[in-house]
Amino acid sequence: MRNKAIVLLALISATLLIYVLARVFFVLPDELNQGAIYRIIYFHVPGAITGFTGFVTAMIAAGFYLATGDLKYDRFSAAVTEVSLAFASINLVTGMVWARIIWGVWWAWDMRLTTMLICWLIYAGYLMLRRAVEEPTKRAKLSAVFSFFGCIDIGIVWKSIEWWNTQHPQPVLSIRDGGGMAPGMEAPIYINLVALLCLSACMIMVRMRQEAMSNEIDSLRRTAHTI
Amino acid sequence: MDSRNLQFMFYGFTAAWLIIILYVVTLALREKRLKKELDRVKNMVEGGKH
Repeated sequence: MRNKAIVLLALISATLLIYVLARVFFVLPDELNQGAIYRIIYFHVPGAITGFTGFVTAMIAAGFYLATGDLKYDRFSAAVTEVSLAFASINLVTGMVWARIIWGVWWAWDMRLTTMLICWLIYAGYLMLRRAVEEPTKRAKLSAVFSFFGCIDIGIVWKSIEWWNTQHPQPVLSIRDGGGMAPGMEAPIYINLVALLCLSACMIMVRMRQEAMSNEIDSLRRTAHTI
Repeated sequence: MDSRNLQFMFYGFTAAWLIIILYVVTLALREKRLKKELDRVKNMVEGGKH
């Protein structure tokens, strides 16, 4: 059942990604001021939203762990965080390439970029912490703390372009009252978001399958030890 | 398509796809290693029972 769901999600994601790529390269016109480079938005924004959705999901799972003490929530939280960090990396790297052309520099220490980098570092630290701490309960509790701090930063990243005067543009999507894009140009962003969310769900399921295998290995080792 | 910035647009798309591909490869390698380890431990337990 799980394997079928993984294949189905991968197929949906691949179909949507191909559709969006075809639309972005062969149908949509260039943007008047930016030329071809604006197309990076079709990975930059969905990458960020997919990453943030995962980080918030991971925090909710960490909350369930703290409430119940059940380590399955901690394992789920770790799997979601690892996958989400890959999508947050897409957001950061594509943003840097875009900035190089539009601002003339690879990086600017404005609040949006800085808080996003802090977010990335918090979750990279989260994964390093999980490797460093061997005791499962202690690891789960520390991970939950990291997850909560990470989510506070996500709120700041999200609102930073409204709270501070940043070099990063103000909201352009109509869902954030931006309205700065033509509808035909905005729609592929949402389609690619669905594609990346499906891909992310697919990767999380694979990670959970690997967690189940690790547990089985540990359980078998304990059995072998008692024989 | 306007040729302005075309090179950097491809850098951006390539970077995004590279991150996805690298992560998928990491997942696949980890899965392979875990399967191998699971088989090894299973054989060890089976051997211990007999």
